[in-house]
Amino acid sequence: MSEISIRGVMKSYGRNTVIHGVDLTIAAGAFAVILGPSGCGKSTLLRMIAGLEKISKGDIAIDGKVVNKLEPRERGCAMVFQNYALYPHMTVADNIGYALKVAGVSKDERAKRVNEVAKSLALTDYLGRKPSELSGGQRQRVAMGRAMIRQPKVFLYDEPLSNLDAKLRVQMRAEIRKLHNQLGATSVFVTHDQVEAMTLADQIIVMNAGRVEQVGTPSEVYRKPATRFVASFIGAPPMNLLEAKVTGRTEVAIGSRHLMTPHHGLANGQSLIVGVRPEDVSSISGETLNVSFVEELGAQRFVHGTFEGQDFVVQQPPSDSSDKPATVVFSIRPETIHLFDAASGLRIEPVSVTAPAPAFA
Amino acid sequence: MEKRVTFSNYWLAGLFIAPQLFLVFTFFYWPTGQALYWSLTLEPPFGGGNQFVGLQNFMAVFGDAHYWDSVIRSLVFALGTTAISVGFATVLALFADRGLFGHSIFKFAYFLPYAVPAAAVGLAFRFTFTPDAGIFGAVNHIIPGLWDPSRNGGQALFMIMLGQAWKMAGYNFVFLLAGLQSVPRSMIEAAAMDGAGVFRRMRDMQMPMITPTFFFLFVINITDSFVDSFGMIDVMTRGGPSRATELMVYKIYLDGFEAKDYSLAAAQSMLLMLLIMVMTIFQFRYVERRVHYN
Ligand SMILES: Nc1ncnc2c1ncn2[C@@H]1O[C@H](COP(=O)(O)OP(=O)(O)OP(=O)(O)O)[C@@H](O)[C@H]1O
Ligand SMILES: [Mg+2]
Repeated sequence: MSEISIRGVMKSYGRNTVIHGVDLTIAAGAFAVILGPSGCGKSTLLRMIAGLEKISKGDIAIDGKVVNKLEPRERGCAMVFQNYALYPHMTVADNIGYALKVAGVSKDERAKRVNEVAKSLALTDYLGRKPSELSGGQRQRVAMGRAMIRQPKVFLYDEPLSNLDAKLRVQMRAEIRKLHNQLGATSVFVTHDQVEAMTLADQIIVMNAGRVEQVGTPSEVYRKPATRFVASFIGAPPMNLLEAKVTGRTEVAIGSRHLMTPHHGLANGQSLIVGVRPEDVSSISGETLNVSFVEELGAQRFVHGTFEGQDFVVQQPPSDSSDKPATVVFSIRPETIHLFDAASGLRIEPVSVTAPAPAFA
Repeated sequence: MEKRVTFSNYWLAGLFIAPQLFLVFTFFYWPTGQALYWSLTLEPPFGGGNQFVGLQNFMAVFGDAHYWDSVIRSLVFALGTTAISVGFATVLALFADRGLFGHSIFKFAYFLPYAVPAAAVGLAFRFTFTPDAGIFGAVNHIIPGLWDPSRNGGQALFMIMLGQAWKMAGYNFVFLLAGLQSVPRSMIEAAAMDGAGVFRRMRDMQMPMITPTFFFLFVINITDSFVDSFGMIDVMTRGGPSRATELMVYKIYLDGFEAKDYSLAAAQSMLLMLLIMVMTIFQFRYVERRVHYN
């Protein structure tokens, strides 16, 4: 069990800064998922924890000990790579046992532990094979075994499931989580797949362009996105974001339409972003959506269109008819609305109406 | 199915390849045919047409103890230079591959020796290794007579081996570096995570991954040392002292152009060619098929 703390960490390649100061604590034994779009610096951050990438600025501490200057092998981390990075010239058994061999563990002891790990991953029948003779899923398990055998304090995963087909991915996802629960090590898992992140994580770290946007539990990240970016990234399809202007203490205008919102306490005329999830949109009439196309998913359907000239998606229950309506009526309940500052993109928390307003407001 | 352009007009096709065929014929098949002709005939002492003598020249070659000495010497030379050259180039390539400071300059510098003609290498090494000046002059000053390739045959052979190895090292370096750079970075990183240090990774990961390159280079280096060492020997030792550096290729030259026995030289040429052909076939047949991982 090891806590990982990341303090003011930056990474630059030459003059190009790709991580702009990350502060983060991953609790001992937690399953943390780093989620973000391609190129946002997830792998770079993970590789800095692993020791494969130099830290340009700041500190990373594992178990309270700053590891900046330590070699990868001295940090007690094991890593599973996206392309598995198995040793093609070694058998499965040698792949799994390599770390022990390097550590000078005796042959018998090694064989014993390789067998244990192989058994727990259902790889016993393949121990004599070369990686090229395995399927993608089996290779993935060998990569897991190679990480497990060292009994590391920290498991690092860099998109380990992205090369698997959809079904196998779900299955391996469950296995990884099960393994985490059994071993009790701290896990850090990088992915750009939000379903993976939501299902696996105790703690989601949403990154964008080299910065941490939000850290929270899956439900926090979904229910209370801290920034406009998080709102637009989490959810499939993501939250509708509409440009609006304040017209009252509990009211905004979107184009020509006025909308009731939670009590935000902002000055009239200020611009902000109104967010509402497609699944939160109510079917009670009030507003009108000009439909452009319908996505049929079986269990539900998503109607895409424009509302006051801005893109908007409404979730509807499944329907027998397959024809596309020209318009759809809907309404937005105030309590489902998220508000974001138009300039900074930060979440605006509604002012609690029951609590007394601050004297200086 | 491979798609290729086909010619319905064979005359046109023939015309296109004619220049190339002409070159290959003039500079390869014709001389080879001549050598074969000479190796099977003898020129009468006082002129006149060559007489066909069957394998008599070959028998003479096989019966010559000096010939077998030159074969042994050539083998020692081939294996020795190859080991030195490939070994040295491997070390250079492993470190150049680590991308340490200034590695692009080193990469360029390491390849340069290959661009130097053998005779020039020979000349440079002759000066470098001369016993009465420079570094070896200093050594001989301290311990008189320690280094003298003009008298010590072993030292002479070693000197030429170094020259040949030095020259080929650049070539080997380029191939080894290319081999190393095709090793997936993440595999090396995985080994680092598994606790292997730099040298351990070189031994356990990088070297095994470039075995195909090693085998390729072994064949190329051995072949090259059989043929290309001529210029260096000619400049440095002319086969001496007392035949100590008389390799197969140099003996051919001595017998043919110094002793003017074309038939004997031609027979030796045919044997050397046969040896190289066998090696090349071996390379294509076994090496290229056996050593790969995917
Ligand atoms: N060696 C490098 N030199 C220069 N820039 C780099 C290097 N490695 C990564 N970068 C840059 O750093 C940024 C972050 O890269 P990183 O690999 O961490 O992204 P990522 O979030 O893992 O993306 P993906 O989901 O595509 O794997 C990218 O803009 C990338 O171009
Ligand atoms: Mg990545």
